[in-house]
Amino acid sequence: MKELVVISGKGGTGKTTIVASLAALATNKVMVDCDVDAADLDLLLQPMEQKRHDFWSGQKAVIDNEKCTQCGLCQDVCRFDAIRELHVDPVSCEGCAFCYHICPEEAITMQENLAGRWFISETKYGPMVHARLGIAQENSGKLVAMVRQQARDIAEKRGLDFILSDGPPGIGCPVISSLGGANLALLVTEPTLSGIHDLERIIGVCQHFGVPALVCINKYDMNDENAHRIEEYCCSRGIEVVSRIPFDNVVIEALVHGLPVVEYAQNGVARQMAQLWRTIAEVLGV
Amino acid sequence: MILSIASGKGGTGKTLVATSLALSLAQERPVQLLDCDVEEPNAHILLRPSFSQHQKVSIPIPALDEEKCSYCGKCAEVCAYKAIAVFGDHVLIFPELCHGCGACSYLCPENALVEIDREVGVVEIGRSNGIEFVHGKLSVGEAMPTPVIREVKKHINGKSLAIIDVPPGTSCPVVESVKDSDFCLLVTEPTPFGLNDLTLAVDTVKELGIQPGVVINRDGLGDSKVEEYCLRRDIPILLRIPLDIEIARLYSRGITLVEGIPEWREAFRKLYYDIERNVLTPTKVSDK
Repeated sequence: MKELVVISGKGGTGKTTIVASLAALATNKVMVDCDVDAADLDLLLQPMEQKRHDFWSGQKAVIDNEKCTQCGLCQDVCRFDAIRELHVDPVSCEGCAFCYHICPEEAITMQENLAGRWFISETKYGPMVHARLGIAQENSGKLVAMVRQQARDIAEKRGLDFILSDGPPGIGCPVISSLGGANLALLVTEPTLSGIHDLERIIGVCQHFGVPALVCINKYDMNDENAHRIEEYCCSRGIEVVSRIPFDNVVIEALVHGLPVVEYAQNGVARQMAQLWRTIAEVLGV
Repeated sequence: MILSIASGKGGTGKTLVATSLALSLAQERPVQLLDCDVEEPNAHILLRPSFSQHQKVSIPIPALDEEKCSYCGKCAEVCAYKAIAVFGDHVLIFPELCHGCGACSYLCPENALVEIDREVGVVEIGRSNGIEFVHGKLSVGEAMPTPVIREVKKHINGKSLAIIDVPPGTSCPVVESVKDSDFCLLVTEPTPFGLNDLTLAVDTVKELGIQPGVVINRDGLGDSKVEEYCLRRDIPILLRIPLDIEIARLYSRGITLVEGIPEWREAFRKLYYDIERNVLTPTKVSDK
């Protein structure tokens, strides 16, 4: 079983657009949306929800006002500034339970926290695991780990040999959680100075965790000079640029129609996607 | 006033709006720009500040004094993040899991855990075009951006207009960046992705008790559903930036919109005064 994760560092470079097209092109696979706090892959793959599960993660402190003597010790020890005027702000509380352990009146309890939901769905391209992190919740890394594990279980049960994963932006907790143990990362960048800066950092993360990476330059013709700089930079880091996708409004038209671009058009973008998939399939041997 | 610029979806133009807004106002009032997208900070690429201060950001993690330890296991028992394990006469500490809450060292009956600093990032402070510039950078390979974001926000001086460039998404780094703002501008694009992530961002901002307003970037692209949503939810659309290859090219070269096309300066000034005058309730303005 092989797993590809599509990440980018910078947001909005085209991860989901590319994953949706790869989903339409690949066979014998399961899709997983690891961008659990702004999940968009469902808008292109139109999943039919089969199973829904609550995701309980972490705890939040609650003060019992009847027992509280207002000594203020909890407020003094909390390093997350989550207790103000002897009231716990559940958004700031990181669930460390320091206050619970030290309260001399045992007035604090730790309550389980419903952090989101995850879903197993069917799409016309195969099974899909996705999730929705609750509003203003933490632990997105744990929810990512959960959806990836579910995808692996489905792949094993159904004899699928490929996991296609749409990753989150950034380089922190949910990205690390998406990346660990994956066979290959596809890094989607754009020829902007921000795109180059963020690519350098995400390559660093891939190398830190020992995951091989390939690069795709999306909208490469928006700035040829920067596209060239990306190619030179990747070459210097020993990373291959395997795809250059031109800017084309057809990508947005496909999105508005709720379709992967390869299902909507047969133009240059669609051809590039098909070429990209052949390269990935060859590298992974799927 | 603290004004945060967020989006839900990445790549919609948060940094474009934050930098041009800051530049448009810096000649008439003190402005701070705080880039809280510490995983992938980009505002410095456009503003090119000269940095005068570099401060390491560390979180306190426990270190064991083996001579004092009685291997009672209390530290492992109280750690909510499973960052300490005690097996027989072995104590294992997993620094990358530690949130730095301090419970283990405080509660250790033998005082055998002292706290040491573990560096997770850096905050840099400088100036650019009359703007006081602050950003944070999470070290590559580190998972937790919130301690770095907290350090960036400590530099809010309370007197200047503080413009916060927020990371994408809706989870803890966004909440940490946006909370305590007086107003949150949500930058979106008129596509189904833009709309989906805008609705999540609006819910997050409202959960925090902060009023949202919308900037539609790449106006003319996609469909009209973002606009219909804003009307339905009574969220003001305060600025539209058209789909224009010239604007995209300027950004790709690291040039701010108001420097590349100076006529935009007035639109950004108006954006700010619309927020101040029409959108913020008078009581909230005078509070700050």
